[in-house]
Amino acid sequence: MKKVHVNEDKCLGCRLCEYWCAFSHSGEKYMPDAFNLQKPPVPRIVVEENDKITFAVACRHCDDAICVKSCISGALSKQADGTVLVDESKCVGCHTCVLVCPFGAIRMDEGKAVKKCDLCLKTGGVPSCVQHCPNRAIVYEER
Amino acid sequence: MAINYLQPDYEVVRNNDRCIRCRVCERQCANEVHFFDEKRNQMLADETKCVNCHRCVTLCPTRALKIVKTDHCFKPSANYTESIIKDIYAQADTGGVLLSSMGTPKEYPVYWDKMLINASQVTNPSIDPLREPMETRTYLGKKCEDVSYDKTGKLMIRHYPGLQLETPIMFSAMSYGSISKNAHECLARAAEELGIYYNTGEGGLNEDFYKYGKNTIVQVASGRFGVHERYLNAGAAIEIKIGQGAKPGIGGHLPGAKIGADVAKTRMIPEGSDAISPAPHHDIYSIEDLRQLVFSLKEATDYKKPVIVKIAAVHNIAAIASGIARSGADIIAIDGFRGGTGAAPTRIRDNVGIPIELALASVDERLREEGIRSNVSVVAGGSVRSSADVVKAIALGADAVYIATPALLALGCHLCRSCHTGKCNWGIATQKPELYKRLNPEIGYKRLVNLVTAWTHEIKEMMGGMGINSIEALRGNRLMLRGIGLTQKELDILGIKHAGE
Amino acid sequence: MSKYVIIGNSTAGIAAAEAIRKTDKKGSLTIISEEKGAAYGRPLISYYLQGVTTDETLPYRPADFYEKLNITLKDGVKAEKIDPSGKKVYLSDGESVSYDKLLVATGSVPFVPPANGLDEVREKFTFYTIEDARKLKAALKPDTRLLIIGAGLIGLKCMEGAYEITHDITVIDLADRVLSSVLDEDCAKIVSKKIDEKGVRLVLNDKVKEFHENYCVTDGGVKVEFDVLVTAVGVKPNVSLVADAGGKINRGIVTDLKQRTSLPDVYAAGDCTVSHDASSGADKIMAVLPNAYLQGETAGFNMSGDDREICNLVPLNSIGFFGVHVLSAGSTQGAMLEQKGEDFIKRFFVKDNRLTGFILIGNYDRAGILLSLIRERVPLDTVDFKAMTLLPELAFFPKTVRREKLDR
Repeated sequence: MKKVHVNEDKCLGCRLCEYWCAFSHSGEKYMPDAFNLQKPPVPRIVVEENDKITFAVACRHCDDAICVKSCISGALSKQADGTVLVDESKCVGCHTCVLVCPFGAIRMDEGKAVKKCDLCLKTGGVPSCVQHCPNRAIVYEER
Repeated sequence: MAINYLQPDYEVVRNNDRCIRCRVCERQCANEVHFFDEKRNQMLADETKCVNCHRCVTLCPTRALKIVKTDHCFKPSANYTESIIKDIYAQADTGGVLLSSMGTPKEYPVYWDKMLINASQVTNPSIDPLREPMETRTYLGKKCEDVSYDKTGKLMIRHYPGLQLETPIMFSAMSYGSISKNAHECLARAAEELGIYYNTGEGGLNEDFYKYGKNTIVQVASGRFGVHERYLNAGAAIEIKIGQGAKPGIGGHLPGAKIGADVAKTRMIPEGSDAISPAPHHDIYSIEDLRQLVFSLKEATDYKKPVIVKIAAVHNIAAIASGIARSGADIIAIDGFRGGTGAAPTRIRDNVGIPIELALASVDERLREEGIRSNVSVVAGGSVRSSADVVKAIALGADAVYIATPALLALGCHLCRSCHTGKCNWGIATQKPELYKRLNPEIGYKRLVNLVTAWTHEIKEMMGGMGINSIEALRGNRLMLRGIGLTQKELDILGIKHAGE
Repeated sequence: MSKYVIIGNSTAGIAAAEAIRKTDKKGSLTIISEEKGAAYGRPLISYYLQGVTTDETLPYRPADFYEKLNITLKDGVKAEKIDPSGKKVYLSDGESVSYDKLLVATGSVPFVPPANGLDEVREKFTFYTIEDARKLKAALKPDTRLLIIGAGLIGLKCMEGAYEITHDITVIDLADRVLSSVLDEDCAKIVSKKIDEKGVRLVLNDKVKEFHENYCVTDGGVKVEFDVLVTAVGVKPNVSLVADAGGKINRGIVTDLKQRTSLPDVYAAGDCTVSHDASSGADKIMAVLPNAYLQGETAGFNMSGDDREICNLVPLNSIGFFGVHVLSAGSTQGAMLEQKGEDFIKRFFVKDNRLTGFILIGNYDRAGILLSLIRERVPLDTVDFKAMTLLPELAFFPKTVRREKLDR
């Protein structure tokens, strides 16, 4: 399936992906409103940075997704198209998935359902992080 | 602490309603202009460090930023202008030669903009390039002039080593060291796809780029950095660099800070040592000496590669070119004084040399007069900014043009003219890994291909309008040009009539 | 056509059903469940009490799950006996079901220790099933005085859920700290501090001497008045079916790595089994949902002919009380490393160049990367472990390892 892949040799660590991700899932139309009128939304992609490298990590939508198996409420599920999605109405915020995801790709959102990459399927087309990566370090492709 | 007389040139204007404090500006500014203030929960800026490269402006996701020229001013003077005053302050501070990058920003006449191109009306038909063939393929090198036949009456044509260009545009010399490896990769891959050439500059050829050899011109300059037999044989042509338009008469100086392991290996010099190119080639003091080098290089490459001699456009350019045409060189490249540079002394860049348009016209004229025009091809460079400039250069007599600044602009350069600091935020003129990774060759090379493809389309349009269907027929066709607002002397040198004549 | 029978309609049972249907779409599949209704994640009962989970969001799987996977659900019926030689399960309604492959996923049963006067208490509950939660919820009013016996996972989650209804809660535990099976003293203190702040009374290191209708007295002489009592002392593996049939038991049902019991064609998975802890090397009863799924899945695959072995099971818990989250995994063997801040504590246990366990409170972003170190037995000298104790990142793995991980 098509997934979000990051080339660490190209990633600049600018973190635009994080901000565009958070914005595109915020429901706001105007980017500053997503961050300035409320508590900033949680991105579903995370940029790692140390003194040598930077790269972004998002859900791998694993075939054998351990988060789905570990989810206590059944909120996480593997869809027919291969995506791993969280049903936010079912998530109780127990954070077991945070504990088991070997990529650290599931994020907490204080008092709310966990947040993870949904490949921007609802907004359609290309994931927001991919669209807005200034160096095309993030690509959406089959591998 | 001494008084700092120099005030910032620019102001960073931030719309705080739009700013989301994502700090992308901060992360992307190698000059460390932006910073976050927790107390205010706001981004702030230190404008003294801003070079106005637009990296932050371009990447700001909410378009909260703009850079404006400060309206802080000196008492106006047409004589002691702001830039002259500031230069004096800077020199009084440091006692040093002022350095600048890219082409001169001074208001010298741009003759391209004072020439107009002809088009066909009624008496001869124009050509639609979308319907009819339009030849932009160009061959550079010595051309066979004599017409002779063998005993059976078959035409005998002698072929000389040359270059075949699919469009009469090449990327001019920019060394690995002055620009990044990624920038070189963009140029090499674009040249390959476009069927043209890029030029190594005097920094040698990185091992990874030997594979682009058939689209590479390898340069031999006064420092002879990175020159060895394999290098000479790797490219399609060899260019002897005598001078550069932006800094005629002086050499080059790549500071040790930019000589990292890979640059050092490619240049064949110790890591961290300054790479100093002497002002002259110490083995060339005459045309005869030049001839020796030309033939040494031909000898080294089995007479299979054309040799280019690149000179800066200076006062006696026509006579010098005449000498070069007789030295055995196959191509003369002339670099006008408005051309770019990775670093040059400001006074030299802004005051030495002559415009390419005048130099080109007089060289072409002189070589024709002397009957040696076919001995060499002429390549014009030094501020060729658009396809119209290309058409005008060819009509003035160039076989092809060299472009560099437009190529860099295509790669993201914003002409902040701070290449010499080595902190290019666009990943072009830098050797810092965290900066040059910003230039993704995959993106960059396609932008170069786009640029040259677009120019080629436009060249075809203009040629078609003139009723001309090949570069061959446009070359030296000065009837296709008219001057506007030029003196008779300028018109005479350019060899063109005034508009309306 | 194979006949699969699964006893238990919770995580392990559902996992097995899902695995069976991946390999065998045709065989008949029956799930026998003592509880009525569709499966739900058992830990949700405290969230149900709390009001976070509703009847709509309770089901573990979509409404069409049983239909889609062609499962016959016999709910509200108890499996009373297994006959391994006749390959039959006898049910409480007098019927029997025959099987080719049987999975016992019977989970645990709450353990209610005998206590003086317990019979006098009218409003008393256990807290194990959704039915328990429904009844308890109905019994609780904003002015109800609630007494919970047991400050373990179940007791405290019950406390948190009930807190949404009444603040008058007392929790009594024999241990000297809360969550004694999961946390050491220092970490337990952080949790108890939060509980104290909320005004819940903790009576530790003590036990009830005797109950009366509306109060109890402890060994330590504390008198606690209450209206409702919840006993959450603990659970024990529900092994009776296999034990009665002569299967091997060692506190839990003993299985091999394919989840086979000692009885032919009888598998077991989930909280009723004893399993191998990869972090400590010990065989123990882990009784956590993620492991139940993995075991159930392995059982299901093996039952339907796809040969799989279970591996890398480690105890793990992620639990939150009043916004304080405690994530722990593995064991506490080896040397301890600690990172501490004003509002967080992280403890790591390292032995033989391997991470054996950790406890994270207050700061646990990307904790799964740490768990992968335990599960995959990553030699710590191949990663920048020191940096990972501050913030786990894939950046601290060698580039080739990282590439391999991410490039799929």
